[in-house]
Order: sequence, then C-alpha cells, then structure tokens
Amino acid sequence: MKNKPTTSRRDFIVKSLTAISAVYFIPDIITKAESAKPLAQEVTSDTKWAMSIDVDKCAKGCTACVDACVEENGLYGFDRPETDSQWIRKLTIKNIKDDKIKVVPMLCQHCENPPCCDVCPTGASFRRVDGIVMVNQHTCIGCRYCMMACPFKARSFVHENLTEQVTNAPRGKGCVESCNFCANRIDHGISTTACEEACMKEGHNAISFGDLSDTKSRVNSALKKKDNRRLRSDLSLKQRVTYSGI
Amino acid sequence: MDKIVFRKFIIDSKTFWTMFFGLGFFILVGFLCSHYMETEGHYVTGMNNQIVWGLPHIFAVLLIVIASGVLNIASISSVFDKKLYKPLAPLSALLAMAFLISGLAILVLDLGRPDRLIVAMTTYNFKSIFAWNIFLYSGFAAVLGLYIWTMLDRNVNRFSRPAGIFAFTWRIILTTGTGSIFGFLISREAYGTAILAPLFIIMSLLYGTVVYYLILRTINYFQKTLVSEEIISNLRKLTILFLFANLYFLVLYHVTNLYIAKHQAFEKFILLDGGVYTFAFWFGQVIIGLILPIYFLLSDKKKSESSMIKSTFLILIGSFIAMYVIIIAGQAYPLKIFTNYEILESSFFDNVVHSYIPSIYEFGLGLGGIALSLIIVLVGVANLDFLPTIIKGHKPEDKTDSVSQ
Repeated sequence: MKNKPTTSRRDFIVKSLTAISAVYFIPDIITKAESAKPLAQEVTSDTKWAMSIDVDKCAKGCTACVDACVEENGLYGFDRPETDSQWIRKLTIKNIKDDKIKVVPMLCQHCENPPCCDVCPTGASFRRVDGIVMVNQHTCIGCRYCMMACPFKARSFVHENLTEQVTNAPRGKGCVESCNFCANRIDHGISTTACEEACMKEGHNAISFGDLSDTKSRVNSALKKKDNRRLRSDLSLKQRVTYSGI
Repeated sequence: MDKIVFRKFIIDSKTFWTMFFGLGFFILVGFLCSHYMETEGHYVTGMNNQIVWGLPHIFAVLLIVIASGVLNIASISSVFDKKLYKPLAPLSALLAMAFLISGLAILVLDLGRPDRLIVAMTTYNFKSIFAWNIFLYSGFAAVLGLYIWTMLDRNVNRFSRPAGIFAFTWRIILTTGTGSIFGFLISREAYGTAILAPLFIIMSLLYGTVVYYLILRTINYFQKTLVSEEIISNLRKLTILFLFANLYFLVLYHVTNLYIAKHQAFEKFILLDGGVYTFAFWFGQVIIGLILPIYFLLSDKKKSESSMIKSTFLILIGSFIAMYVIIIAGQAYPLKIFTNYEILESSFFDNVVHSYIPSIYEFGLGLGGIALSLIIVLVGVANLDFLPTIIKGHKPEDKTDSVSQ
C-alpha cells in the first residue's frame, strides 16, 4: 500500500508563504507601529528643551516639585541628608540689597557649555543635541570630578545600595546622577517634566518647561512675559534653565 | 682607583621578610577598607555630596606629586649631566615608579565604580584634563620603565640621557596636569587659576627631594656605602631652595586670588575666618611645612644631619596638610550660586561651610597606598641592581659588576 503524504502540495505552499510573511512582513509592521511613537525618533537639534522659573510664583513651604521628582525618579533616601541624592531642591534666599526673602527651586541648569561634560574623563556626562545634560549610567566610573566642576551643586553621587528603583530612571551605586529634564517622559512623548506638572497641579505655575523652537510652548510664553536671567552669567555657560523675579 | 657599581640591597633575610609582611599587612588592610567602601557604598566614608573628594584624594594626589618630585635626582643627573648624581639616578626612577603606582591605586580604589577601570582606560573625553592625566600617568610609568632600563643595562646605557630628558619633560607636563585638575575648575573660588599648575610643580620638587633624602638615609642605615657627603649637602641646599620657591608660589597664589574680586571672599575665609581650615593653612601648611624647616635649616650653622631630618619630617607633615587645605578647604567653602542673594535655607547645605571628618576606612586605604609604594621599593632594591656601591682600589679587569662608570 502506498503511503499517503501527510502534507499536500497546497498545504506546503500555504505554510511556506505564511512562514515567509512572518519573517519578512510582521517585523516591518511592528516597526511601523513603533515609529508612530516619539521614542523611536532620533533626538535632533530641532528641539531645544528649556525651563523658565518664575521665582515670584514659587510658594514658600511648597515642595510639590521636589516630591514629584522623588517619586518620578525613585529618589527615596536613607534619611542621611548629606549623602542622599537630590535632583531638585528648594532654597530660601535673601536679597542683600532690600532683605526681601524668596524661595527658588534649584536643579541642573542644563548648560549649553556644561563644565560637568568638559571634565568627565569618560564622556559619561554628556549633552544631548536637544539640550538635555545627563549621565550615562553605563560609563560613569564614579570619579565625582563633574560634581567638583558644577557651579550649581546640581549633582549627587549614589552613596549606597539602592532597593527602591523605578524602571523609568535606572540608578546605580557608585555613579553620579542629576536632573535630566525627565528625559524618559519626554522621549515617550510627554511634554512636561514631573516638577512642572506638580507645580501646575498646585496652581502655582512657577515652572514652565518646553521646546524653545516651538513658539507656542509654555517656556516661550513664560520667556515673553518676564525678563529671565541666568545664574552665574559671568561663567558664560548658557544655561537652558533661566529665572525671572531674581 | 675607586669604582661605582650597582648592586642589590644587601639585607638579612629576617629583616627583609619582617618589612615585607609588615608592609603587606597595611596593603591588605587598605584593600579590605577599599572593598568595604565599595560594597557598602561611600556613605560609610566621611565624603558626601558636599565634600566629594576626601582623604583618599589627599593621599593619592600627594603620592603622585611626590612621584614626580623624586625623579629630581635622576633629572639632575641625566638632563643637567651632573656626574655626581648618576649613581643615585636609578633609585630615583624606581621611587618615582613606586609612588606613581600607589597614588594611582588609591585613586582607582576610591572610584565609585573601580570595576569600570577598563572603561576609564578605553573611553576618553579628550576635553577633560582628567582623561589627559590618565594618559600622562600610565605613560609616565612606561617612560620610567624605559629610563630605568637604559640606566641599568649597559648595552643601552648610551640612550639614558635622551630617556632621562624625555622622562623629565613628561613629569613636568604630568605635574602641570595634576595641578590643572584643580586649576581648570572654574566654578570654585579656591581653584580656577593657572598658578595651581606651577605651584604643584614646585611642591613636587620639594616633597620629592625630602622623600628621596629620607629613603636614601633609611637604605643607608642598613647599607653604609652609597651616599657621599657632597650629595647630602646638595640635597640640603636644594631643600632650602625649594622651600623658598614654595613660599613664593604660595604667596603669589593668594595675592592673585586677593586681586580677583570674585575670589576675595574665599581668601578671607582661608586666611582669616575659616576655623579649622584657616588654622590648617597657617599652622600646618605655612608654619610647620615651610617656615620651621627654613628656620631649622638656616639656623644650623654646622649643617648637621639632625636639622635636615627634623626639617624633612616637618615638610612631610606640612605636605599632607597643604593637600588637605587645597582639596578639602577648597570644597568646604560654599559655592556662590547667586550674585545679589544670600542663601538662608537649603536641604543640600548650600549655605554652610562644609565639615569633613574622614572615616577609618579612608585612612586605611591611604596607609595601604603608602605601604604599596614602600613594598615596591623594597622588592625592587632587593632584587635588582639599583644601589650604588663604591669599591675601593678596584682593578680594571674585574668584570663581575653590572654597570660601571
């Protein structure tokens, strides 16, 4: 008796074509689906992220921006203020001329000429073309030279083992870190940082973030409304974080 | 006819092994301290987000500065062609190598991620003076190795002068690089001045000379054949010269800062009201490290050994305190973030002079580093022909000696 073939010719052709389409076409479809997300878009210099802080609107006693940053980036400390990381902090300042007291949030100023990047031996501290200054956690050797170089004390060194990390902000013991304008959020298409969002929620609107290239962005509106200035302008660092009201 | 030959350090086996294991113990302690700091994290040290460089950096920078300075004797011999110093040149190069390696070891073991040394060795940002220093330090070790080879191997002995000139040039650039690590920090008032580079060079000359003297004297204690009185007398003269040069550059550094309006507040802090830092500057760096040694060396008309030894120890204590003042006090002074505002409150200590209390682990790492340099010297002189010995009434046909001149 002749053996009956288990697969007919038609079956073979259909299955082969299905396999080929799976190999060639499905990844293409996936790529197209992903490319709709901003994450897959390359960072370009057409976008210029910046932040304007209106000190007159910053409320005394409010720590919404600091709390939001802690939650967004998992910056839970160990109750050791000298070694715990702080990406954004509130300062109380007094005008030496008229004794007027103000509060001001202090964070990485995202300089166009960042001293931290200049001094970093491995290039782990780097500036993206869209203006975000951040640390590559894979190549930071923990020498802390960038912390010595930063004029704003904006950087922190991770002094101990971390247990409560969040997936959107990987951190590591022995590396330096600082505010990265919530790069993970904006790369996913969200146009606000955690601190700005919290400030808006509180109704203070002291922090305005956005793209300088976009004329309608919140940061451009804020810059049009009030004169902004850079801290330590004598250093010519061209920070992307500017302040009004001081 | 007298002849100078190079021989191994003749020391009895018991003394050698006692020294070896004694130093080895400190190296082990240093390694364990470093391991503990790395596994637990730097919170166990006295360093924090305010004082980011601490005791390990004081030890490391001091050792690297000394490494450059101890090459003086070899430089005088090769670069300036002074025959008197030639017999002591190989030891000088060995010491430079030993101090360099130990300084680098401390620096690497204090990194947040010492396991990423390979990243530091392969990924460079050439705009960073730190990256250039990695090149300069590792290159210096290679140049020293070459220089030692040309001095000890008679087949290539004719190249020792060019190798010496090359090593001399390299170490001047190296110490300039070390000073520039601080000199290029524009944001801190204590730093950001080019004078730090020549200040570091002159410090290296002084500290290197006295360290060389001390080690020479220690070896001479066991093996009484290698130092002529002329050399000791010259080392004494050099020490006095470098003390005055140090004082000059230190005054110049502070006068320059006083002249720069934005650095005046820091100068007031360090010279007048900086508490422990002001005390460390005046009493440690200036009086112990410079004034007293000058006094002891100049007031001793008989030029006795005791005044030189006393001065050597005072200079070494002063050198440590000088590094403390440069590295710690420079960071302790708060950053001036605002021009027209004074900071009243901050959760990140922006408004206070930072204090620094080093931990025992940092101290252990530093001592381990010093022990590492000494063990390299010990093993080096005990196994290779580094030490000159004068053979009285030598006959020219004697061919048992390694190198002669």
